[in-house]
Amino acid sequence: MDMKQVLKKNTMVIALLLVALFFTWQTSGALLSAQNITNLIAQNSYVVILAVGMLLCILTGGNIDLSVGSIVCLIGAIAGKMIVEFKMNLVVAIVFCILTGLLIGSWQAFWIAYVRIPPFIVTLAGMLLWRGVALLVLKGLTISPFPDNYLVLFNSYIGAPQLALIMGIVITILFVAFKVFSRQTKKKKGYEQENLAVEISRTAIISIVIIALGYKLSLYKGIPIILVLLAIIVALYSYYTSKTVPGRYYYAIGGNEKAAKLSGINTNKVYFKAYLNMAFLSAVAALVCVARFNSSAPTAGTNYEMDAIAACFIGGASAYGGIGTVPGVVIGAIFMGVLNNGMSIMGIDANWQKAVKGLVLLAAVVFDVMSKKKDK
Amino acid sequence: MAKVILEMKQITKTFPGVKALDNVNLKVEKGEIHALVGENGAGKSTLMNVLSGIYNYGSYEGDIIFEGKVCQFKTIKDSENKGIVIIHQELALVPYMTIGENMFLGNEQGKKFALDWQETYAKADQLLKVVGLKESSRTLIKDIGVGKQQLVEIAKALAKKVKLLILDEPTASLNESDSKVLLDLLLQFKKEGITSIIISHKLNEIAYVADKITVIRDGSTIETLDKKTDDISEEHIIKGMVGRDLSNRFPSRSTKPSKEIGLEVKDWNVYHPIYTERKVVDNVSLNVKKGEIVGISGLMGAGRTELAMSLFGRSYGSNISGQIKINGKEVQLKTVKQAIENKLAYVTEDRKGNGLVLSNPIYINTTMAKMDKVSKAGVIDKALEIKVANEYREKLKTKCPSVLQSVGNLSGGNQQKVLLSKWMFAEPDVLILDEPTRGIDVGAKYEIYCIINDLVAAGKSVIMISSELPEVLGMCDRIYVMNEGKMVGELSHEEATQEKIMAQILKSGRGE
Repeated sequence: MDMKQVLKKNTMVIALLLVALFFTWQTSGALLSAQNITNLIAQNSYVVILAVGMLLCILTGGNIDLSVGSIVCLIGAIAGKMIVEFKMNLVVAIVFCILTGLLIGSWQAFWIAYVRIPPFIVTLAGMLLWRGVALLVLKGLTISPFPDNYLVLFNSYIGAPQLALIMGIVITILFVAFKVFSRQTKKKKGYEQENLAVEISRTAIISIVIIALGYKLSLYKGIPIILVLLAIIVALYSYYTSKTVPGRYYYAIGGNEKAAKLSGINTNKVYFKAYLNMAFLSAVAALVCVARFNSSAPTAGTNYEMDAIAACFIGGASAYGGIGTVPGVVIGAIFMGVLNNGMSIMGIDANWQKAVKGLVLLAAVVFDVMSKKKDK
Repeated sequence: MAKVILEMKQITKTFPGVKALDNVNLKVEKGEIHALVGENGAGKSTLMNVLSGIYNYGSYEGDIIFEGKVCQFKTIKDSENKGIVIIHQELALVPYMTIGENMFLGNEQGKKFALDWQETYAKADQLLKVVGLKESSRTLIKDIGVGKQQLVEIAKALAKKVKLLILDEPTASLNESDSKVLLDLLLQFKKEGITSIIISHKLNEIAYVADKITVIRDGSTIETLDKKTDDISEEHIIKGMVGRDLSNRFPSRSTKPSKEIGLEVKDWNVYHPIYTERKVVDNVSLNVKKGEIVGISGLMGAGRTELAMSLFGRSYGSNISGQIKINGKEVQLKTVKQAIENKLAYVTEDRKGNGLVLSNPIYINTTMAKMDKVSKAGVIDKALEIKVANEYREKLKTKCPSVLQSVGNLSGGNQQKVLLSKWMFAEPDVLILDEPTRGIDVGAKYEIYCIINDLVAAGKSVIMISSELPEVLGMCDRIYVMNEGKMVGELSHEEATQEKIMAQILKSGRGE
């Protein structure tokens, strides 16, 4: 693999790096301050959670779920009712919220997968429907504040700040050990191996990022719980999409649905799972969001679906389906987050921020399409 | 000597890293049918794309001289204005538009903001008559078959006042009788002074229509043969194309079919999935022994693909009834998954549309139909996947830099091999191969035939559906003849000839 290919494969990572450097320079280092990094994580947690779910929908053939923001609002409203107004047991309330999310998901997924109504239409209907129901639940008012025992579930930090650095080092060691181990098993079984130099440099970069993150977090309040939740979700879905048989099916269907069907894949089931899962993750995001804003508001979740979709496309998912990875989408989400955060710190007008984000989204996709064209 | 209408002089076209054409010369005389033959990837299509302006002037070296003038085509429009029209292998018709609308697409009649539909349809009907189509020009394209669509493409070319008609594998997806109609049409055009260039893999057709044959291999012209003066036997042409003798177009097989029956189908009935009162497969019974290749021959629309797909987990049709026995045991195949589990495989005729995920690499396509073989509890062992994919790559001699390569980047023959590996990997006992060599070159065909022979040598049962009669005759132990959803005849390898098969089809068509 030569330098050109390395650059091509990691264009978004490099772009992210450049943007981060630019804002660090413009904000004289404020972007990478310990407190701001913690902030960045909290601010963008919902985008990462939703984008991971959106990726599965996009993989099935470039389909998007527009109802995400409204579901976040509705589940948030239900959480507010149960926890703040009825003062219910937290476990019961959270389980009920997740179940409601699954129920909403089954409803939408049923029409999409088994009646074959285009996802765009079903979720557009959902966008209107669930927003309406949410307003009915809230009676148009905001519910707040949430009790401390709920907020602490999502907004607190684990252990002493120093733990962050220690955990960073431990994870790095485990990561490197795993890489060495898997290389050795591959060697033993006589499988094809990746170029050693490429693999070492990649491992080194990831290790440095993890340790640097741990160090930065240790300078402030330590590991935010939300980061742990994000790590679990990202790891789980990354594994699911890249290493499992059901995960592979999303790519097969997005790439060629007829071929997938004639290979014995139950395509309806895969569609169903994609949209059911999207609603499930929307419910999770809703629980995170009400904790972060300490309220359930009628306007909550507005445009969240767009943030998730943008993160997917910036992260390299194909608008025609069949292409995209969870790590890529996470990079896309961080990219959007850094852009937002950096411009805010610089004090750029909010209207301009929107315009810039729009252009960046288009540029990312244009760049992706162009670089693929050159390939041929 | 007739006037030269087109001369392409020392055309050289390079793509990054590859020289696709190297000093190619082509001379076409007015009013002749000139055939262009060569293996896939030899550069035939590239040459025609240079000629029609798809690769614009300046992106290649050399000269195009058309009717005595040097041409510098920037777009397809430029070449069409001169009367050069190319009809691609993949038809460029819009299914939900009428025949007339399609024919004048990009060449609309009337004014820009006031189209004249009366004139459009009147002209269209006139041209349809010329190509021998009885359909009204107001019929939607999706409602007519591929053979007729091909004729519409030709009518469309006529509407552009064509002087030089280029056809890129026009008969690849047509059956014998539709092909004949098309070829006869070319001969008729020849009488009217229209010059044609035809690219084809079917040498018998070329022998039938062409006056001259230019052979291209690896981006260079090998020779141009004149029907009147030169040896244009298939052996000679094939030798020029592949650079070696293919003394036997079909590999010989040492094994004999066993007595045991691999697949038996009884009283199979299938109705159309949308027009549910229409019977597509009518009371078909057939059997295949272990180690036997059985061919199903018939015209396009005879119901062969429909029969195969309905057997394969009811992938086609409605209201299906009948009995299937695999290895002597009756099985219920309600889904594709059940069919695969019961060791049946269907290798589709449409590898790009129904068979492969083009955006995915070779190894993912290889394991797609039987992923439990490379996974434990739903977790995929990628390294093992790559290993087995490499094994199949070696076994089938698939030409690719690596199994990590996207299938979309491979040539047709290699894609077909990946498709075959996919189904061989599923370890079937019975394979239904639907047009296994469609659109691939002679060399790759031979390799595919060898693979099929290996399969039956290993005791598998193979059903081969093919529109190319020589292939069916050369490969099969037994041949079923199918027409209009019914099995109308059965011939052994020894008694079968092209004439007998066609006779059986025609006899049944007349209702005797």
